Amino acid sequence: MRNFDYAAPTSLAEAASLLARAPGTARVLAGGTDLIVQLRENVREADLVVDVKRIPELTELAYSAGTGLHLGASTPCYRIYEDPAVSAAYPALADAARIIGGWQISSRASVGGNLCNSSPAGDSLAPLLALDARCVIVGLDGTREVAAADFCTAPGRNVLAKGELLAKLVFPAPAPKASSAYERFIPRNEMDIAVAGASSWVQLNAAGDTIIDARVALSAVAPTVRLATAANRWLVGQPAVEATFERAGELARESASPISDMRGTVEFRRHLVGVLVKRTLATAVARALAGE
Amino acid sequence: MSKKLHVTTTVNGEAVEFLCEPRQSLLEVLRETMRLTGAKEGCNNGNCGACTVLMNGVPVNSCIVLAVEAEGAKLETVEGLADHGHLHPLQSCFLEGAALQCGICTPGFLVTAKALLDRNPNPSEHEIRFQLANNLCRCTGYDKIVRAVQAAAAELRATKACGAGGSGTVGHADAGCGGPAVAGPAKTT
Repeated sequence: MRNFDYAAPTSLAEAASLLARAPGTARVLAGGTDLIVQLRENVREADLVVDVKRIPELTELAYSAGTGLHLGASTPCYRIYEDPAVSAAYPALADAARIIGGWQISSRASVGGNLCNSSPAGDSLAPLLALDARCVIVGLDGTREVAAADFCTAPGRNVLAKGELLAKLVFPAPAPKASSAYERFIPRNEMDIAVAGASSWVQLNAAGDTIIDARVALSAVAPTVRLATAANRWLVGQPAVEATFERAGELARESASPISDMRGTVEFRRHLVGVLVKRTLATAVARALAGE
Repeated sequence: MSKKLHVTTTVNGEAVEFLCEPRQSLLEVLRETMRLTGAKEGCNNGNCGACTVLMNGVPVNSCIVLAVEAEGAKLETVEGLADHGHLHPLQSCFLEGAALQCGICTPGFLVTAKALLDRNPNPSEHEIRFQLANNLCRCTGYDKIVRAVQAAAAELRATKACGAGGSGTVGHADAGCGGPAVAGPAKTT
C-alpha cells in the first residue's frame, strides 16, 4: 500500500478542518472494510486518512422511544444488532447490520461508511430509506441535513463536498403499529453482495388490518438505492393481506431499472424485486402486529 | 512522506509499544514487528479470516485494520489462548477432532470461536456456522471444525459447572479432550 499521512481528530470541527485543508486527497476512515481494501488495491488513493472514530459523536448509539435513534456515522454494525431496544425499534436496520459481511466485518463496518461508499448494493442503504433516516453532514461552514433518499447520486458518488463528512444518521421515533424488514437475495448462505434487496416499512391502523402508511426501498436494481414510489403511494389504505403484498411487489418491479452483470440478469433482478418486496412487507406487517 | 507513528497498546494482557507507518496493517505489525506469527495472511483483503484477532473483545480481520488504529486498544491473538503451557479446550479439541489439515486457517478459527464461546457458552450448530462464516477453510470442510467447537463448548461448560478455578481460566491438560501441554515457549512477548 502506498503511504499516506494519518490523523485521528477528536472533534467534528477538527475533522472538517483537516478534510477541507488537506493539500491532496483526504479520505475518511471509519471501519476501513471498504477503504483499506480500496487503498491497497489502488482503486482509491489517499494522501491523508482521517480516522473519525475518536470523535465521540461519530460512535454514538443513542436511542429513546420518544426521540428516535441517533446513530454515529462510524458506529460499527455489531453494536446495532447487539442492542435489543434498537433492534426491536428498527428491525430493518438490524436485519441489514447482521448480514453485512461476517462477524469480523460487522465488528468494524459502519452504516455511515456503507452509505458513504454509495454502492447501490449496500445492504444498510435500503433500510435507511424505508426508515426515513436523515443524514447530518458537517463541514467548515456548519451542519446541513439531507434525506437518506437524496444522499447517493450515482454508483460510488454522493452529495458530500470536499471538507464535509457524514456525522450521524437520525431515525424518527418508532410509530405505533409500525415495523420494518430487509431481505436480499444472494446465491450463497452468507458473505456475498446482494443481487437485489428490498426493505419495507409499514404502519397499520389501530385494528391492525389496514396499511395506513408504507415506504418500500430497493437496492442493487438501479444506479442508486431508491424508493418504490408507485408501490408506496398505492399501499396506503390497502388491507394488510397477502394479495396486497403481491400487488405491491408487481408495482415495485416497475420502479427498478437494473442492469445485467455477473450477479444476475435484468429479468432475474426484476423478478427478485417482486419476491423480496412481497416477503419484506409480510414480515414487516407480522412484526407490527406482534408489537415489535 | 510519512514519519513513523508511536502506538501504545495491550497484546494478550501485556502493554506493548511499537512504531509503524500509517499504511501498515495490524497484521503486518503483529507478524513482522512483534514477531507474533500466529495470525496468518491468507487473502489480505478481509475475506478469509486467517488473520483474525480480538480487538476490544470483538473479532476483526487484522489485515484490514491499520496498526495505528490499535492505539489504546486491547488486543488478543491466538498466542494468548493457551494458559501457561496448557492448551485452551478449543485448541485441544481441534487437535483431537482433526479439525485441521494445513493449519493456515486454524488460528483465525480458534480466535473467532473463542469470542463466540465467551459470549455464548452453548451455541447451536447454526449459530456456530453463522458466527464462523468469515473464516474460510479450503482443506477439511467445516463439519469437523463445528464439532470441535461444540466439544470445546461442552468442556468449558463442564469445567465451569465443576467450579474449577471459577475465574474463567480453563484449559488444563487433564480436562475433557485432554490436550497435551505446549512443548515450546507458550507466549511470545
